Amino acid sequence: MGQSGSIRHRRPRPWHRMAHPPAGHFPAVIRFVDVHKSYRVDGRDVPALQPFSLDIMDGEVFGIIGLSGAGKSTLIRLINLLERPSGGHVFVGDTEMTALAEPALRAQRRRIGMIFQHFNLLASQTAADNVAFPLRLAGERDAGVIRARVDELLARVGLTAHADKYPSQLSGGQKQRVGIARALANRPALLLCDEATSALDPQTTASVLELLAEINRELKLTIVLITHEMDVVRRVCDRVAVLDAGAIVERGAVADVFLHPQHPTTKRFVNEALPEEAASELAPFVRVDGRILRLSFRGDATLSPSLSRVARETGVEFNLLAGRIDRIKDLPYGQLTLAMQGARTDTALAMLREAGIEIEELHR
Amino acid sequence: MNPLQKLFPSIDDWGEIGRACVDTLLMLGGSLALTVLIGLPLGVLLYLTGKGQLRPMPKLYAITSLLVNILRSVPFIILMIVLMPLTYALVGTKLGIRGAIPPLVIGAAPFFARLVETALHEVQQGVIEASQAMGASLWQIVRHVLLPEARGGLFAGITVTAIALVGYTAMGGAIGSGGLGDLAYRYGYLSYKSDYMLVTVVLLIVLVQALQMLGDHIVMRYKRS
Repeated sequence: MGQSGSIRHRRPRPWHRMAHPPAGHFPAVIRFVDVHKSYRVDGRDVPALQPFSLDIMDGEVFGIIGLSGAGKSTLIRLINLLERPSGGHVFVGDTEMTALAEPALRAQRRRIGMIFQHFNLLASQTAADNVAFPLRLAGERDAGVIRARVDELLARVGLTAHADKYPSQLSGGQKQRVGIARALANRPALLLCDEATSALDPQTTASVLELLAEINRELKLTIVLITHEMDVVRRVCDRVAVLDAGAIVERGAVADVFLHPQHPTTKRFVNEALPEEAASELAPFVRVDGRILRLSFRGDATLSPSLSRVARETGVEFNLLAGRIDRIKDLPYGQLTLAMQGARTDTALAMLREAGIEIEELHR
Repeated sequence: MNPLQKLFPSIDDWGEIGRACVDTLLMLGGSLALTVLIGLPLGVLLYLTGKGQLRPMPKLYAITSLLVNILRSVPFIILMIVLMPLTYALVGTKLGIRGAIPPLVIGAAPFFARLVETALHEVQQGVIEASQAMGASLWQIVRHVLLPEARGGLFAGITVTAIALVGYTAMGGAIGSGGLGDLAYRYGYLSYKSDYMLVTVVLLIVLVQALQMLGDHIVMRYKRS
């Protein structure tokens, strides 16, 4: 954790912005305890996931990012036991999934929604029947009840007009919306997203992510999503775990991981999400006079005029070299690379830190 | 003189041809229904117990698969003769429509089972995984996912099987099972009445063509991908 910011003093930090939420204080909806997974290939055990423990909290959007083959598909399937762990325990709510017999496991699965990269809708059924499918599986027979629930769900995902269309008549984004409506049908407390936007174009991705964020907010639904795009994590996740070759190499609040990545794999993901950031590394600026600094602002600090105030009061001068202001989920943040010159630069830095700005000195 | 009589001088009883048509259709209908009834579960069993499928059971799969292959590798006319004692035990006769149906079903069901297995393999793995994630039981997956999703392929399989059965019923004619094959064999082959042969062949072509068109129509209706 970097410098402590002033926002933390003004309002309590929500646990989901913390790297390590206090144990026992908030309900973990998913717990992995010493879980590992290997596959048997030609009589040999090939490890897919190194032993790990992980808690996912009630109501958060938790991202798992990794390259293909890193083990993220396996990890998300350990939650509803589409993949059985080779060892360890998986808990969802109060239930140990790994201890359940088949019928009890099916009952638990009905309470966990899941959406997929390739949507996996029934091609022989209309959108409405696809959404009704989990209700029918759960034993609902009253056509009126099914109809009402399906209408409600299709309205929520904005597909009322497409109820009677077959998946082949829908666009990718519409299919994923049907997938989301279907996943929500049995009012789950948990939604698993398996690369849910990877097959969609950027605009559609944005609208599907918006829908997921809305569902998370309004239904208080916990969402676990896996992706290979840092941008997806930045837009909707509260916390993130970075998976590299079957091991969790970094985890924490998205803002921390995003602004201060530690592991090389994380840095690569972050640089992909911020192309200009990669270009603004030190090299081009060594000939610029003054102290080269990288300032990171979050939350309220992003919106306050600290820079001009400090410049006025200390007489230092800034030369902006690169910068970006954006949002991490609903938290505004900014990152500026600048050169600072003047007699009282140390005072200026202290004042900026005081205002809740995190500072890295790249070159002096 | 009737123009039909002019064209086919040796055919004096068109009613007999009509009855033979009805017999062929009865044999076809009866055997097709039973073939689907037996072949569909058999095909589902082959699919489910196959390697890497929902309930892999290598031994059961190997035995079922071997049985299916054995029945499929015996030419139908020989199968019919071999099965005569069984046929007699089952339906009390070796002749006529009733006598034809057991060997027709035993010959066609394994064939249809393989077509069912292939059609089920066409169902996307992801859809099955999604229904597992929704808590579907094995029976629910078969009933509500596999069979509906494979509908197009299953109807195509039924069409192919029906057409194969038309061929089998005609072969049955050679050993006394009645129908158009019987007519062609007795009059056309043994009595050198080539106009009988011509009429039967034309009727069989019309029947096969009609079955294929009907099958294609149904397949097109259910094909959604």
